[in-house]
Amino acid sequence: MTLLDNTTEFVVPSTIDRSRVEMEARNVACWFGDNKVLADVNLQMPAGEVTALIGPSGCGKSTFLRTLNRMHELVPSASLAGTITLGGEDIYRSRLPVTETRRRVGMVFQKPNPFPAMTVAENVVSGLKLAGVKVTRSERQDLVEHCLRRAGLWQEVEKRLGDPGRALSGGQQQRLCIARALAVEPQVLLMDEPCSALDPTSTRRIEETIATLQETITIVIVTHNMQQAQRVSQRCAFFLAAYGEPGHIVESGTTERIFNNPDDPRTSDYVQGRFG
Amino acid sequence: MTDTELDTELAPATEPERIRIRTLDPDDATAVGGSALASLALTWLIYGRLVPLTGGLGFWVCWYIIFVTAVWAVTRQLSDAIHARDQLARVIIWSGGMAVIAPLLLVVGYTISRGYHALRPSFFVEDQRYVGALSKSTEGGGAHAIIGTLQQVGLALVISVPLGVMSAVYLSEVKGRLARPLRTATDAMSAVPSIVAGLFIYAIWILSFGQSQTGFAGSLALSVLFLPTVTRTSEVVLRLVPGGLREASLALGGGDWRTTSRVVLPTARSGLATAVILGMARVIGETAPLILTIGGAFVVNANPFSGKQDSLPYFVFRLVRFPQESQIDRAWTGALVLLMLVLVLFVIARIIGGRGPDHIGRLRRRRLKKEGLA
Amino acid sequence: MTITIEPDVEIVEERIDIQVRRSTADRVYRAAATAAGATTFVLMGLIGTFLLVRGTGAFRKSGFSFFTEFAWQPDLGGKFGVGAVLPYTIAIALVALTIAVPVSILAALFITEYAPRRARRILTSIVDLLAAVPSLIYGLWGLFSLQPRLVKLSKWMADHLGFIPIFRVRAEGPKTLSLFPSSTFIAGIIVSLMLIPICTAVMREVFGQAPTNEKEGALALGGTRWGVIRDVILPFGRGGIIGGAMLSLGRALGETIAVTLIISPVFTPKLDILSQGSNSIAALIALKFSESNELGISALMAAGLTLFVITLLINSMASFIVSKSRSGEATEI
Ligand SMILES: Nc1ncnc2c1ncn2[C@@H]1O[C@H](COP(=O)(O)OP(=O)(O)O)[C@@H](O)[C@H]1O
Ligand SMILES: [Mg+2]
Repeated sequence: MTLLDNTTEFVVPSTIDRSRVEMEARNVACWFGDNKVLADVNLQMPAGEVTALIGPSGCGKSTFLRTLNRMHELVPSASLAGTITLGGEDIYRSRLPVTETRRRVGMVFQKPNPFPAMTVAENVVSGLKLAGVKVTRSERQDLVEHCLRRAGLWQEVEKRLGDPGRALSGGQQQRLCIARALAVEPQVLLMDEPCSALDPTSTRRIEETIATLQETITIVIVTHNMQQAQRVSQRCAFFLAAYGEPGHIVESGTTERIFNNPDDPRTSDYVQGRFG
Repeated sequence: MTDTELDTELAPATEPERIRIRTLDPDDATAVGGSALASLALTWLIYGRLVPLTGGLGFWVCWYIIFVTAVWAVTRQLSDAIHARDQLARVIIWSGGMAVIAPLLLVVGYTISRGYHALRPSFFVEDQRYVGALSKSTEGGGAHAIIGTLQQVGLALVISVPLGVMSAVYLSEVKGRLARPLRTATDAMSAVPSIVAGLFIYAIWILSFGQSQTGFAGSLALSVLFLPTVTRTSEVVLRLVPGGLREASLALGGGDWRTTSRVVLPTARSGLATAVILGMARVIGETAPLILTIGGAFVVNANPFSGKQDSLPYFVFRLVRFPQESQIDRAWTGALVLLMLVLVLFVIARIIGGRGPDHIGRLRRRRLKKEGLA
Repeated sequence: MTITIEPDVEIVEERIDIQVRRSTADRVYRAAATAAGATTFVLMGLIGTFLLVRGTGAFRKSGFSFFTEFAWQPDLGGKFGVGAVLPYTIAIALVALTIAVPVSILAALFITEYAPRRARRILTSIVDLLAAVPSLIYGLWGLFSLQPRLVKLSKWMADHLGFIPIFRVRAEGPKTLSLFPSSTFIAGIIVSLMLIPICTAVMREVFGQAPTNEKEGALALGGTRWGVIRDVILPFGRGGIIGGAMLSLGRALGETIAVTLIISPVFTPKLDILSQGSNSIAALIALKFSESNELGISALMAAGLTLFVITLLINSMASFIVSKSRSGEATEI
């Protein structure tokens, strides 16, 4: 399959170790103002695996995901408690700058959001620009090709690198956003319902991309699509929030077990589409 | 194949005929048209006999009153009172719309008709050094005033655009503690009377700092007026940048400064340019602050930092108060040039404003090619 | 068997004290933006301070009579004050507002509710363009083209509506047209032309935000378009109308060039608005500036300060009202 031909080796000039790492959340709780929306979340996201977060809307999946790369704190009233580690290092208490954390833990949003003022190629390398990393012209061109290949987009846009990012179709834009996130060589990639705005064909392409990426990157994905969770993930966590109460994880484990043999009746109800 | 291509292929070749929804009922149209004609006839009959009005203006005032009454009465006869009131409102509100367009045509038309016959190419290259009050209006020109205006507005731009855009960035990106009071202060300052801006620069720059009247003093006064305008319009433009782009930039590990400079400002580029040019179009015609600050001159002074300068609006304002026809004609020519400048700026602003953030200009395209990004 | 009941202790989780270590570039950037924002405050303070400092000489000489004295003769060592000029300023602004506000409401309603969609964009552009036409040009047009026609209207009003005090013009002998140019009324009309685009823009924007579902609700009940305007749009846009009017008032009080071109300055107050002669603070400054000595300039500074304070108050109020009646995005005012 052509999507797998990511043979060009590429090394971003960087001092930190970019080997794949695990993430772990311990006793995480989140607030918006005084409203507690997430309580007592414990979750391991092992290296090289895809962890899917499932659960009905409003139970705090996005909130949890955003704590993993410190996007949560951008909301003025937001606060949190607990510990989140990236490769054993506490991302909130170590001296790691927040920008470095976010570079290591990349994010793809629900709605494709390529930078409209940049071309396709510029979008891919925008992360380097934003980090102030200088690269030579040939390095840059290699990086563009390498990342677009990994995102499974190279063949479609090879001739359109100078077009504005928004000239692509929705599915292509989303893969462009994935390529953009890959360009800064993250160790973890967070995806918040990356396919919910896309058609089935584009969705399949992105799932293929996820499959190839997981060899090198730890992936956490939020999805409302049960089949998707089963197709792409090895581990799964089911979130739930009772009315007026903070969300929490009902149970988590291998995707296989959560879907075929869950402990909690609410989980089996949800994964079989009986509520939510 | 992309999905959009699929879509177009599936679209049926012939479309069913759509229902055309008429917004204007034919009966209503007849009623309005009929009333217009009937009231015209009636006005013509009774005007000057029964109505205590004279002159062309009076005729049309009289016609309008009869017309509006007729529309109401006719519709009321044909249908009911509610419909009649609706028609009445429609006619009056349409007149309001027309009343806004009319002055533009009249002002522009009149300025052209008064200004064009003394407009010669020499107006743009000569000054008033050999011109006396009795010379013909085609002699000499306004080059000194045009140069002055361009320099003063240019300097004002250099001073207030960076400050204004940065203030807007403070309001919409940094969102510091001062944001709310700053917004109020900017609103309040954006309506400082222009003469007060001139008076202020006179008080501080000339009286207190002991400087003399120069083009630069004028541009300081213009900046006082320009700064709040730029701040306000730029903030509006920056707020239109989707928050998702800022999040995307931050999620890539971009700091605040790079997010603003690499993502937010480039995305808002065309909007910012439009805001600045529209602000320029307004500032370029300001007269009052210059009366007190630039001193006025009859000859070219290309140095805005020393010696008195002239400006196009001040040139017009001075000449139009002379009693001689030739001076007044010269003033109108200056006014026409000024109006043309404003129109040109306005059109440029509209063209730039029509571009989306993904417009890639020729220069940028070339640079991208060089960097291997296109 | 004993059941131990665990005490229901609320565990107080310790929230992370999030520390953002900003890079030097980010800190410099934030400081620069804050400084840029602060210039507006500094500017506002400086304007007030310097006009006050320069105007103190005049204030000291005239005392409180600065606000009551009619005459303006600081250069001859005589009395001076804005007692006559200020009421004239307000009168011109009120005339302008009386015309501009109703026309702007109609125009804004036309643009938002009646104009076809394509025309809507063009009309919005025209209104913006009208706002960009320099007041100098409005003034010239008013002086040369409009005034000769308006004096006839003035005369007609004086003849037929003279029973209303503000339209009563006394003349020895028959009233001729030469009694009527350069009046408060004519200056007000010319100023109103400049206000209409500004006022229309504010109102159009607020009317445009009237909730669609309420409008459709009214139409679905069989209401007419006028019904929708009366029951939904006008009540919704009341803040915009008041704010737009006050904003225009601020502009009208400060308008300089057009008024300077039209009026012939007088320093004795009069009740009627139609007869020749009027005044305004801004025009006073523009006209007297070049012929003033030190005290005269100081007096002009005092007059300018008066105008500055008045417009600042009115505009802050207007901005407050408009911002309360619209959400978020806004065009500039
Ligand atoms: N910016 C915010 N401010 C206040 N409350 C928020 C904000 N974002 C989300 N919430 C609340 O947090 C809860 C969880 O939201 P979210 O994490 O988006 O759920 P999910 O992604 O699972 O649908 C919801 O109740 C939502 O109302
Ligand atoms: Mg969500």
